[in-house]
Amino acid sequence: MALQPKVLMFGWEFPPEISGGLGTACYGLVSGLIENGVDVTFVVPKLYGTEETDKFRLVGASDVEVNFSTSKFQRNLEKVNYMQIHSHMVPYASPQEFMDREEFDVHSISKVDSNFSSAKFKFGGRYGKSLLSEVSKYALVAMQVAQDQEFDVIHAHDWLTFPAAIMAKEVSGKPLVVHVHATEFDRSGESVNQEVYELEKKGCEVADRIICVSRLTRRILMNRYGIDGRKISVVHNAVVPKPAKIYPKRNLVDKKIVTFLGRITFQKGPDYFVDAARKVLDVMPDTHFVMAGNGDMFLKCVERAAELRISNRFHFTGFLNYFETNNLLGMTDVYVMPSVSEPFGITPLEAMRTGVPVIISKQSGVAEVLKNSIKVDFWDLNALSDTIIGLLKNEEISKKLAADGTHEVNEMKWEYASLKVREIYNKTINRRRSVRN
Amino acid sequence: MKKICFYFQVHQPFRLKNYRFFDISVDNQYFDDKKNHDIMRKVAQKCYLPMNQLLLEQIQAHDGNFKVAFSISGVCIEQFELYAHDVLDSFKRLADTGCVEFIAETYGHSLSALKSPEEFKKQVALQTAKVKEHFGQTPKTFRNTELIYNNYIGSLVHEMGYKTMITEGADHVMGWRSPNFLYSHCQHPDLKLLLKNYKLSDDIAFRFSERSWESWPLKAETFSNWVNSTPWNQEIVNLFMDYETFGEHQWEDSGIFDFMRELPNQIINHSQFDFVTPSEAAQELNPISGIDIHSTISWADAERDLTAWLGNPMQDDSFDSIYSLEYLINKIDDQKIKSDWIKLQTSDHFYYMCTKFWSDGDVHKYFSHYDSPYEAFLNYMNVLTDFEERVRNAAGVDKEYREVHPGILENFKKFLPEGVELN
Repeated sequence: MALQPKVLMFGWEFPPEISGGLGTACYGLVSGLIENGVDVTFVVPKLYGTEETDKFRLVGASDVEVNFSTSKFQRNLEKVNYMQIHSHMVPYASPQEFMDREEFDVHSISKVDSNFSSAKFKFGGRYGKSLLSEVSKYALVAMQVAQDQEFDVIHAHDWLTFPAAIMAKEVSGKPLVVHVHATEFDRSGESVNQEVYELEKKGCEVADRIICVSRLTRRILMNRYGIDGRKISVVHNAVVPKPAKIYPKRNLVDKKIVTFLGRITFQKGPDYFVDAARKVLDVMPDTHFVMAGNGDMFLKCVERAAELRISNRFHFTGFLNYFETNNLLGMTDVYVMPSVSEPFGITPLEAMRTGVPVIISKQSGVAEVLKNSIKVDFWDLNALSDTIIGLLKNEEISKKLAADGTHEVNEMKWEYASLKVREIYNKTINRRRSVRN
Repeated sequence: MKKICFYFQVHQPFRLKNYRFFDISVDNQYFDDKKNHDIMRKVAQKCYLPMNQLLLEQIQAHDGNFKVAFSISGVCIEQFELYAHDVLDSFKRLADTGCVEFIAETYGHSLSALKSPEEFKKQVALQTAKVKEHFGQTPKTFRNTELIYNNYIGSLVHEMGYKTMITEGADHVMGWRSPNFLYSHCQHPDLKLLLKNYKLSDDIAFRFSERSWESWPLKAETFSNWVNSTPWNQEIVNLFMDYETFGEHQWEDSGIFDFMRELPNQIINHSQFDFVTPSEAAQELNPISGIDIHSTISWADAERDLTAWLGNPMQDDSFDSIYSLEYLINKIDDQKIKSDWIKLQTSDHFYYMCTKFWSDGDVHKYFSHYDSPYEAFLNYMNVLTDFEERVRNAAGVDKEYREVHPGILENFKKFLPEGVELN
């Protein structure tokens, strides 16, 4: 029994170059696993050279030489038949042209001129237009990596890496653990992207074990994807114990500030925050609201705030870097996360770590674990505005919540969460072995 | 003889710099000095200096028979003082000819007439003082920002003692009537109204360099013929436009300067028209009738209304926000604050926030240094937030206290986590 399993892990981003909570969670989990003696190789589409390579074993897919011509690769390629994406019958002039094509899918690889043997793919490593073709390229690289590396178990984070993980599983025959941080229903509500949904479903079906970040997500997988609940474990996220740096407040020094921090998308419920602000301002007209982040509902929220005639109290910062985020949290009196659907939600933990009292929606995974927070239904505008007012007016309660919250969050360590994950690895590996024997 | 009247609007706003949320309470310098300097210098070289020289030569060449009028916003004169003494001097030389009338407007080229009669009158007083200081004239004719006019604004202008005012001959208020007559305010017959002939004005201001236009390239002779062929009984043709038309909107290589060099000769020697200034026109002609304008008109966009500056939520909210500070501003005596107050009222800031992106989007984009109206709005509101803080501090305003309804706190209690009690 391999107590200290070797893990081949597929992710889509890794700090410091991240765009959301996924990278942060991966960072924490991998750190925790390493602390617990687990050997992790972490693959991302692209490395930026700013990562902590001394601490982590990171592989950038764009640095991997893919050897198409080896018979092993060709054999493996034949095994791979799950990705039913239409192929574009385009003759490619040169290998590099093929590699650089934005429109790309796995099956067209068989049309490649057999004269060229190996090459590297280019990755944007972002969430751009050519995302699906990057996902496919990533999967091809995963085959090569799975051929080259020694490992006991594969661990894949979210749908972007599922094709890669499935490839790796097919090539190596090792068990697969998929980790669901968010589902398409969280991201898009009811207007799901069918292709993404299919990939998520396929990943969960092929996986030997599924880890979810909350019971909420587990329920979605069971109800919406028809996944057997017995296959799913819940491991709540944690936070990296980092002493919160608190900057002296420079902006709106004598004003109360209520903050929303996150992507301004349907999932995060930003419109509820704007509407609640109006109600708070009716009672406390000197309060200021800050909405930090970017997203497809950004302009809608700007217009909504203007319609409600609160633009002189409601500020938009756009996307903030790490320093600015901490700066903002440092001046925040109340942090609000009114998510409509939040598989977990790591930002309230960061706010709490900085000593900010938080109001979170009951529709978030983090609400399952947090004790020292205020929980409301995202749609309950009265509850949202009344609790904001309550916290702003009652400094004692705010302080107590903040202090207890900081303590609570500091105890939510990745070290503990990753023990559970290690446990899951070992069980999965053993089960696989016993099935084989 | 019939009359032809040239009037030019000269205006440059103090553009805002990129001002972020994190600048609030930290930075009270709102304006992009470099950009304002650079634009002023560019426009001075391309338009103000060559065109002023051209007009001076024509006035001298025609023995006082060629005349023009200018309204220069206070904020524009202030930028001449900062960045373009040469331009200021050349306007002074024009003033010295006696053939140039300087017109009154608001100092900030603001929309204050729509919001606050007091602020409006204060700004007019400031601008006319500035004109007097530099050009030795006390303006007798009034022109509101971007020709914005309605009966009420006309009454305000009448109250201030003006006898002549300039506005747009907008189709939707003119109906069958022609702008080529002198009109008067419907309630105050002694306030004469000169209405812009937008067809002939726009032939110069907008269509001049448009190669797809059937009349391109436009010659002074042709234009003079058009003016001359207006119906026999009509008395005046008012050509009102941005001064930046010459050399800035219509580049030199379009032939716009050659056109303007020839036009006085064509009109004076080959037409039945005399050049007049607005106040001369008002003296020499009799109003044909009063004109009743309830809905506000302007010279902007196809709509000729206020929708270039006001009407979308962002414009309305920011506009109301700045004027909500007026009562506090009046309590304080801080020159820097008062100066910023006027510059923040400049109509251009609201023009940049316009989202009417159909027929006139191109024009708005041309005049804006922002990538989008949203960006313009958010930048303005960040500045305004800081400005409000300064105003409130200077005016010594306490935080507003409102009683919290007990029901709110009752509800709050329900959501407190275990172990936390509200006393």
